[in-house]
Amino acid sequence: MIGEKMLTIKNLAATVGDKIILHDLNLTVKAGEVHAIMGPNGSGKSTLGNVLAGREGYTATAGTVEFLDHNLFALSTEERARKGLFLSFQYPIEIPGVTNIYFLRAAVNAVRKSRGDEPYDAMDFIKLIKEKAKFLHMDEGFLYRDVNKGFSGGEKKRNEILQLLLLEPKLAILDEIDSGLDIDALKIISDGINQLRRSDRAIILVTHYQRLLDHVIPDYVHVLSKGKIVKSGGPELAKELEQTGYAGL
Amino acid sequence: MTRNASIKKVLAQDYQHGFVTDIESDTFAPGLNEDVIRRLSAIKNEPEFMLEWRLKAYRHWLLLEEPHHWANIKYPNIDYQALAYYSAPKIKKDGPKSLDEVDPELLRTYEKLGIPLYERERLAGVAVDAVFDSVSVATTFKDKLAEKGVIFCPFSEAVHKHPDLIKQYLGSVVPTGDNFFAALNSAVFSDGSFVYIPPGVRCPMELSTYFRINAANTGQFERTLIIADRDSYVSYLEGCTAPMRDENQLHAAVVELIALDNAQIKYSTVQNWYPGDAEGKGGIYNFVTKRGACRGVNSKISWTQVETGSAITWKYPSVILQGDNSIGEFYSVALTNHYQQADTGTKMIHIGKNTSSTIIAKGISAGYGQNTYRGLVKVMAGADNARNYTQCDSLLMSDHCGAHTFPYIEVKNNTAQIEHEATTSRISEDQLFFCLQRGLSMEDAVSMIVNGFCKEVMKELPMEFAVEAQKLLGVSLEGSVG
Repeated sequence: MIGEKMLTIKNLAATVGDKIILHDLNLTVKAGEVHAIMGPNGSGKSTLGNVLAGREGYTATAGTVEFLDHNLFALSTEERARKGLFLSFQYPIEIPGVTNIYFLRAAVNAVRKSRGDEPYDAMDFIKLIKEKAKFLHMDEGFLYRDVNKGFSGGEKKRNEILQLLLLEPKLAILDEIDSGLDIDALKIISDGINQLRRSDRAIILVTHYQRLLDHVIPDYVHVLSKGKIVKSGGPELAKELEQTGYAGL
Repeated sequence: MTRNASIKKVLAQDYQHGFVTDIESDTFAPGLNEDVIRRLSAIKNEPEFMLEWRLKAYRHWLLLEEPHHWANIKYPNIDYQALAYYSAPKIKKDGPKSLDEVDPELLRTYEKLGIPLYERERLAGVAVDAVFDSVSVATTFKDKLAEKGVIFCPFSEAVHKHPDLIKQYLGSVVPTGDNFFAALNSAVFSDGSFVYIPPGVRCPMELSTYFRINAANTGQFERTLIIADRDSYVSYLEGCTAPMRDENQLHAAVVELIALDNAQIKYSTVQNWYPGDAEGKGGIYNFVTKRGACRGVNSKISWTQVETGSAITWKYPSVILQGDNSIGEFYSVALTNHYQQADTGTKMIHIGKNTSSTIIAKGISAGYGQNTYRGLVKVMAGADNARNYTQCDSLLMSDHCGAHTFPYIEVKNNTAQIEHEATTSRISEDQLFFCLQRGLSMEDAVSMIVNGFCKEVMKELPMEFAVEAQKLLGVSLEGSVG
């Protein structure tokens, strides 16, 4: 519920290869909150998402991260996902030969199984996914095409949100979910994110731009620069940055 | 039926198929010469023409060299005089008495593959009960096929009951002297399947070696002959997804297919012979000659194979496109893990006019596996408007494995259209991370990505077979990434 601890990052340092990307990073996210993380290119925004999700090659070298009641780094990549950590992909991945609906059902059922819930059978799942796809104005044809293969940039992003709506995570980290979208698509995606705002869920938006934050109003905005959070504030901070740019930081 | 009665029934049927000696104790001493072949033929009570045919093959075999020099495989020399060329079929007395006595690792694999319990017993070599099951199923099948006039029986039975068909077609696609292993097979073949589909008949069911009595005893030199007479259709399934163990290390089978006017043969294989252990010790050497002849106009032969077993696979299911407008197809998935080696592909020989062929070959290499595609597309001078489309894709799963492609194209007619596409890629870290991030296990992620890679081939398999084959790919790659 609101105010319960979701994610607590203390003094995190992380490397990619032998390069130090993050250091002394502190962030506390509670259930019910939406945080935006902004910052210039190369500041470490995407690295943060990858470290939290447990991508190979992204190594935490110092600090602690608590996710719900867990020491995050003690969990494998898939365990983090099953306990409710979701990372959207800036460049969604294609899987040739695997249909979207097949992939999504496997993912949703893997998560359900880990929670001790019954897996969805094919018919129930089709019903569920059609409803979510409709909400995102996605043609049903997408469900039967190979995962992300031949999708336009906007379609790929919508597909990420479809995964988000189906997996219903506790903590969603959305990495530049707004990049490459036209106004209409941005609106649809924002509606999808807003639908997910709930008292027992937290969302971290990683973005360059203010415009997404006009549609999804964050509770907190943080500025990441050279691997650490240098400034935090409310939604007005994003507007301020839009005026002054990152150079003044 | 009591257990004893069912054993007796099985033994009686073996006898009926031509085994005249005391089958329990009869195994030849190692070695190969004309006497051995005469004895073998005599035990099987074969007609004279069969013996002559075997001897001719043997004499030719003596002149041939093992194809060591061109295939991309390495193995120690085989001493052909150290092998025994006849071992009588018998009910295994030494086998496990129940599943409790079977290697738990094997049982775990059966479970993952979703193999029904009664079938697990049969596959693991548990004595008696399973045999009873397969006999009763097979009998029902036989009645249904007989109604349509379809002949589906052990090869040794066909030699006695249908000698004219055997004389006419045996060796007509793969001649006795075709290659080293085919010649050896022709000389000493143990048993196999014979299928004849009469004109105008669509075979009412998928024919499977599983339902053929004696299937367990066909041994290392299997011989299969399938004839689809004009306007007929047959789909034949060979093999099994469960890991198959065999005491014989060398396997050299021959399969011949003949399609007459407007006939179609679809031949699907799942090969999962013992591949050796993780260090590359043991494992079956599988040297197979498979060839089909589209003799008639508008005929079609389609090979689909999923090869995951054997230490060495040497196999090129081919089609000779003789009839005008005939079609040849080859869909293949070959997977090599640990120290497995596969040199496999196809030959499409275009002779008739307007003939077309399609080749889709998917190679997956993991561990230290070596995977070679070797294919020949040959268009003869008279083959006007021949078409071929070839696609070879290789997927690499480790830093130590290898993928090799040797496509040969020979065209003697300038109206031919030949297309060849090839790709080699490594399994992508991005794809794996994406799957894990969505909650899938590493095993499920690998299985999904690999099955996606093989989809074009898998969809050619009959449905039930495809589901099993999908699971098989996943199981065969367990632990190969990460």
